[in-house]
Amino acid sequence: MPTFDLNNSPLRDLNQALHALRSDTNETHWTVNHPEGRHAIAAGLDAPITVEIEGIVGYYCAGMNKQASVLINGNAGVGVAENMISGFVHVRGDASQSAGATAHGGLLLIDGNAGARCGISMKGIDIVVKKSIGHMSAFMAQAGSLVVLGDAGEALGDSLYEAKLFVRGSVASLGADCIEKPMEDEHRELLYAKLKNAGLAGEVDPSDFKRYGSARTLYHFHVDNAGAY
Amino acid sequence: MCGIVGLFLKNPNLEPQLGKLLSDMLETMTDRGPDSAGIAVYGSDTEGVKLTLRGPDQAALAETISQLESVFDRSFAKTARDTHTVLSVPAERETKIRAWLKENAPGIDVVSAGKRMEIYKEVGLPASVAERFDLASMSGSHGIGHTRMATESAVVTNGAHPFSTGLDECLVHNGSLSNHNGMRRKLQREGLTFKTQNDTEVAAGYLSWRMREGASLKEALESSLTDLDGFFTFVVGTENGFAVVRDPIACKPAVMAETDDYVAFGSEYRALVGLPGIENARVFEPEPAKVYAWERH
Amino acid sequence: MADHKDPRGTPRTKPRFSATYTPDVMSEIRRAAATGIYDIRGAGAKRPVPHFDDLLFLGASISRYPLEGYREKCGTEVILGSRFAKKPIKLKTPVTIAGMSFGSLSANAKEALGRGATIAGTSTTTGDGGMTPEERGHSKTLVYQYLPSRYGMNPDDLRKADAIEVVIGQGAKPGGGGMLLGQKITERVAGMRCLPPGVDQRSACRHPDWTGPDDLEIKIGELREVTDWEKPIYVKVGASRPYYDTALAVKSGADVVVLDGMQGGTAATQDVFIEHVGIPTLAAIRPAVQALQDLGMHRKVQLIISGGIRSGADVAKALALGADAVAIGTAALIALGDNDPRWEAEYQALGTTAGAYDDWHEGKDPAGITTQDPELMKRLDPELAGRRLANFLAVMTLEAQTIARAAGKSHLHNLEPEDLVALTIEAAAMAQVPLAGTNWVPGKTGL
Repeated sequence: MPTFDLNNSPLRDLNQALHALRSDTNETHWTVNHPEGRHAIAAGLDAPITVEIEGIVGYYCAGMNKQASVLINGNAGVGVAENMISGFVHVRGDASQSAGATAHGGLLLIDGNAGARCGISMKGIDIVVKKSIGHMSAFMAQAGSLVVLGDAGEALGDSLYEAKLFVRGSVASLGADCIEKPMEDEHRELLYAKLKNAGLAGEVDPSDFKRYGSARTLYHFHVDNAGAY
Repeated sequence: MCGIVGLFLKNPNLEPQLGKLLSDMLETMTDRGPDSAGIAVYGSDTEGVKLTLRGPDQAALAETISQLESVFDRSFAKTARDTHTVLSVPAERETKIRAWLKENAPGIDVVSAGKRMEIYKEVGLPASVAERFDLASMSGSHGIGHTRMATESAVVTNGAHPFSTGLDECLVHNGSLSNHNGMRRKLQREGLTFKTQNDTEVAAGYLSWRMREGASLKEALESSLTDLDGFFTFVVGTENGFAVVRDPIACKPAVMAETDDYVAFGSEYRALVGLPGIENARVFEPEPAKVYAWERH
Repeated sequence: MADHKDPRGTPRTKPRFSATYTPDVMSEIRRAAATGIYDIRGAGAKRPVPHFDDLLFLGASISRYPLEGYREKCGTEVILGSRFAKKPIKLKTPVTIAGMSFGSLSANAKEALGRGATIAGTSTTTGDGGMTPEERGHSKTLVYQYLPSRYGMNPDDLRKADAIEVVIGQGAKPGGGGMLLGQKITERVAGMRCLPPGVDQRSACRHPDWTGPDDLEIKIGELREVTDWEKPIYVKVGASRPYYDTALAVKSGADVVVLDGMQGGTAATQDVFIEHVGIPTLAAIRPAVQALQDLGMHRKVQLIISGGIRSGADVAKALALGADAVAIGTAALIALGDNDPRWEAEYQALGTTAGAYDDWHEGKDPAGITTQDPELMKRLDPELAGRRLANFLAVMTLEAQTIARAAGKSHLHNLEPEDLVALTIEAAAMAQVPLAGTNWVPGKTGL
């Protein structure tokens, strides 16, 4: 169980040690102390390990993650789990803007609030936020799911493609081409599966959520939609 | 493009440490702004008005001040710190003294004026700027600091933040405005003068102008959201507190921490790491297009 | 010509076209009125702008001594990314291939670019759509573009790349995002970009998780961490405020700055954007070099210039003005076979003519390059096309060497602005070299 103190050793050493791990490593649980807002902690991992970070992290923590589980016992700065491919990133505090940006897969679970642009350009990731998300979230979101137990800020899902959005609380406003869609059984099942995957099965009722998706009117340019651009 | 730090103490016992805490915060933001640094400190109250003067060096400043004292036939309380000197003058003499300086000492700038505010800024890495002014020794109730990565205007001391917006008021900025040239021309027609091509100086001038026209600081900041175009996080210092506002798109970062002892602002969390009790602080990000203000009671 | 007369023979005013409302302008107004959409097209600025053709080299004579062609060496190699990267890129020629996406180009065209660049000993670059295995396989040195859309972006490809290019803008559209219209979003292209097939794709103009140089520095830090500080990191900007942008790229930690002028091509953008935003390549180089010099970083952070580089003369001129290397896009496509007159009948059928075809976004390219149509694609043999590109790159390099030797230089990098004069006042002002036969640099020196 290696422990790494970022006040004693440089970040570069930590990341290179984590990158050097092979998929059959038996050093599967790492603890990182004193993150103190440093950037790119545990970025670019590609091994089935768990990295537990004791404190607040800066930008791009667990950026481009593959396979690994990264647990952050604190808040996360800009772009946590940005472009994640697979694995699990758990923020036990709040996340700043652009959480899960452009991510292709894996699960990002945020216990607190997420800031603006949560899930911007997401491409397949599942994001679950237990509290609320900021403005312009799921902007140009292409694929994957965003589940919000609290509220959503202004312009949710602007220029949305095929990502699936579920919000339990209020939505300040919907962005261009994002509409509320009926919640059928299949959607409740999908949502339940996402909640279960995040360890929230039974904690919230899928029926309490509203579903939002793309109206697909901007998929092909038409002059009468020009005001939406 | 820059780093911002701000610290507002609720607990007076921390006041002797303000300078030390602020200089440590400033240094963490070196990567965001290696070109120049500046700080505004709200320290002890003065009888009249504190003028922070900046000259090419301490000798030139001392020479000018001694001339000033002989012209006005009295001596003024003064504290010299590197290229800056804080001069306490009677409020009723302020206008005349400023006029005399403008006329007779073109190399000396009045960086700020206020009952409590002092502003220090210079070109260089934040750590060396803090050291030159011995920021760590300063005490006060609150202060804001700025590290600058110059975008379109020159790396000169006049381009360093904070910019004074009026008596005891100053502004720092992270971001980039896109309509500041037109706004500068408009404000010049309103009688304001500008020393640089810097966008932040325009924002500072804008707030001064709005408040001159009767707006409160909060109202001025609110109207900046529609009148100033581009990307910005502003932190504004006032005699009794400070205010924060981010543009509606809010791309530029901002983190705040609040405890029973203080409210702190940083462009990044790294700036807040060294604060006492930070592990139990409420850490949050200010919402876009919303004015936050903290006041001393 | 005879006077204009009415049927009774009385002279009358000759019909006169407006210099403002030209036939072209009126035709565009009618097109806009009929369709309600701005004109979208590929390629770069087509309007005349001051360019490298307006500069000439001063050869050696009595005061300077030339080098013998073939026998006396004139070096062409270039190292990119020596500032921070553990593994800088070493190229045999300073002519590189600019970023062009799979999606905008066919897989065969991408493969041909890789083959040609590899034979020539230079690098090629991915684009807005990710890295294809064919491209990686056929490119010895591959630069991976990191764009606002992050289509197909993944850490495996990042690590497979030889360098990373953070794209902030391009010369055809500084401040604009990418476009790829539905005709070209085939199943494969859509799959790589995680988009529904057939949609009109609009890319973002800002990166989703950073804005500005202070945050770019943190992003570059992440890219270095993910790749263990091995890869050179380029920052690409469209030419608009090159002094500031170059300085800020350096301050943000770039190893290499790529500066693309307005003649630089795009796969698809509004014509109004291409023709009216940004500045010419010639005008961009000196301010960028000045910024590097002011920071003490000239030659330490390398500068790659692109946008309208067509010949060895252009290469030599760009290098003389202070660039370390150049990138070609449109010229490389022409070398592959783009706009070739052999397809004239088909260009005519598309309402255009060989040499003017720029509807690259429609995906109907008769030459099989800017298309995803399987039948059209087959027309481009990647091996033959790659060979043509390699030949073209060799000619450009030889031409640049010819000029450098004539100016007495044993390496292309020893070309200097003082080796140049300008034919026009505009070019003299932009390149900051004297008007030929004078010592007058407009805005700089007297006489």
